[in-house]
Amino acid sequence: MRIDNVPIDLLIPNMLSASVKTLQIFFLTIILSIPLGFLVALARRSKYRIINIPVRIYQLIFRGTPLMLQLFFFMYGPYYIFGFTFGRDLACILAFAINYAAYFGEIFRGGIGSIPKGQYEAAKVLGYTKFQTFMRIVLPQVIKIVIPSTGNELMTLVKDTSLAQSIAVIELFRVATTAGSKYASTVPIVVAALFYLIMNTIVEISFKIIEKKFDYYKN
Amino acid sequence: MLLKADNLQKQFDNTSVLKGISLAVNEGEVIAIIGPSGSGKSTLLRCLTQLEKVDAGRIEVCGKLMVDTISGLGYSDPKTLHEIILEVGLVFQNFILFPHYSVLRNIVDAQVKVLGVDKQTAVDKAMDLLDKMNLRSRSNAYPCEMSGGQQQRVAIARALALNPRILFFDEPTSALDPELTGEILKVIRSLAEEKMTMVIVTHEMAFARDVADRVIFMDEGVIVEAGKPEELFGNTQNQRTKDFLQRFNQN
Ligand SMILES: Nc1ncnc2c1ncn2[C@@H]1O[C@H](COP(=O)(O)OP(=O)(O)OP(=O)(O)O)[C@@H](O)[C@H]1O
Ligand SMILES: [Mg+2]
Repeated sequence: MRIDNVPIDLLIPNMLSASVKTLQIFFLTIILSIPLGFLVALARRSKYRIINIPVRIYQLIFRGTPLMLQLFFFMYGPYYIFGFTFGRDLACILAFAINYAAYFGEIFRGGIGSIPKGQYEAAKVLGYTKFQTFMRIVLPQVIKIVIPSTGNELMTLVKDTSLAQSIAVIELFRVATTAGSKYASTVPIVVAALFYLIMNTIVEISFKIIEKKFDYYKN
Repeated sequence: MLLKADNLQKQFDNTSVLKGISLAVNEGEVIAIIGPSGSGKSTLLRCLTQLEKVDAGRIEVCGKLMVDTISGLGYSDPKTLHEIILEVGLVFQNFILFPHYSVLRNIVDAQVKVLGVDKQTAVDKAMDLLDKMNLRSRSNAYPCEMSGGQQQRVAIARALALNPRILFFDEPTSALDPELTGEILKVIRSLAEEKMTMVIVTHEMAFARDVADRVIFMDEGVIVEAGKPEELFGNTQNQRTKDFLQRFNQN
C-alpha cells in the first residue's frame, strides 16, 4: 500500500521498531534521572557549600546549554579527552539522564521547599526522627506537589528523544527523516508526529490519573 | 517538679528575646502565660520543647537534663533529648496536622512509629481520644475537610496519644473564629480537671483566670509578675501588669 508514493505497509513496522528505541530512551531516562534528581534536590538543600555549590554549577551547565550539545559531548568528548568512548547508546542515555536530573532536581527542590516549616516542627515534637519525618511526613506531600510539573517534564522528554538522532541513534525521528528523504515525501514525518502524539497522550492521561489519586487531600 | 527552667536567655540577630526566664512547673499544675505580642511567649515554649535552642540557661524536664550552660555542659546527648521530647506535647496556634493523613492516622502514626505501640492498641487509643474530643464520627476525614476547631481538637488528641507528662499550648484558640474558641477551651478545661499538667500561652484572660493555678505575665523577655490568677488579675500591685490588663480590656 502506498500513500504519496510511500510504501506505508513497510514504513509503519520500521517506525514501530524505531519507537522501541525511543521508548527505551524515555524509560531509561526516567529510571535514572528521577532518583538522581531527587539526590540533586537534597544536595541543593544541604547547608554545606562544598556540596550545594558544585551541584548548582552542574545544574546551571546542564540547564543552560542545549541537550544536543550535551549529546555530542558525551558521544565524542571522552574520545578526544581520554581516548575512549561510551558507545552511542550509553552516551545517549547518560546525556539524557544527567540533563533531566538537573531539571528534576529543580522541581523536587521546589517541592521540598514548599512544605511548611511547621510540618517538620510538629513531627519533631511528636518524636519522629529526622529520617521518619522526611519519609513519612515530607516526601508524600512533596510527591503530590511535583506530579504536575513532572508530567510536564516527561512530555518534553518524549519529544526530546528525537534529539538522539543527532548522534546517529536509530530512533523514531531518525527513521522518519530518512524515509522522508528517500521517498521525497512528508508522509513519514506526519506519521512520526502521530506516534509522538500518541505517546504524549498516554503520558498526559497517566498523569491525570495519578493526580486524581492524590486528590483525596489538600495541603 | 516536672519542669524546671533557670535563667533562660535567647537572642535573635543580637536582640534579646528571652532575658533570664526562670520557671518551675509542678505535676498537675496549669500555668497560663500572658503578655503582649512580641514579649517572647512563643519563643519560651519553643525553647522548652526543643524547637529552639537557648543561648544560656538550664532546663530540666521530668528529672532529665536538657541543657545546662550554667555549669558549662551545654545540651545533652541526642538520646536524652529524644527521651525528653517524648515527655512533652505541644499544641500549635495553627494546629499543624499532617494533611496527607486521615484524622485517625494523624493520631495513630506517631504512637506506632515513635513509641512502638502495636497498631490495634494505637487505634483503640485514638478512638477513645476522638470520643473525648467529640469527633469519633470524623475519624476517616482529612484535616482539609474539618473546621479549625475540629482540627485543633485532633491536634490535641494527637499530642495526648503519646502520653505526655506536660502539654504546652501556644495560643490554641487564636487562629479560630470566635464562635469556635469555646469548644477548645472546654477541652482544655476538662484536661485540667483530670489534672493534666499544662502550660498555656493565651490571650483569653477570662479563661486564664478561670482555669490556671498560676498566671505568668511576660513582657519584653522577662517575667514581670507571676502569681495566683485572683492576685494577678484581681489586685496586681505591678504597674506594667496593670497597664497591660487595662490596655487589654479596652480592646
Ligand atoms: N526565628 C526568629 N528569628 C528572628 N526573630 C524572631 C524569631 N522568632 C521570634 N522572633 C522575635 O522574637 C520576639 C518574640 O517573639 P515571640 O513569637 O516569642 O513573641 P510572642 O510573645 O509569642 O508574641 P505573639 O503574642 O505575637 O505570639 C519578636 O520580636 C519576634 O520578632
Ligand atoms: Mg506567639
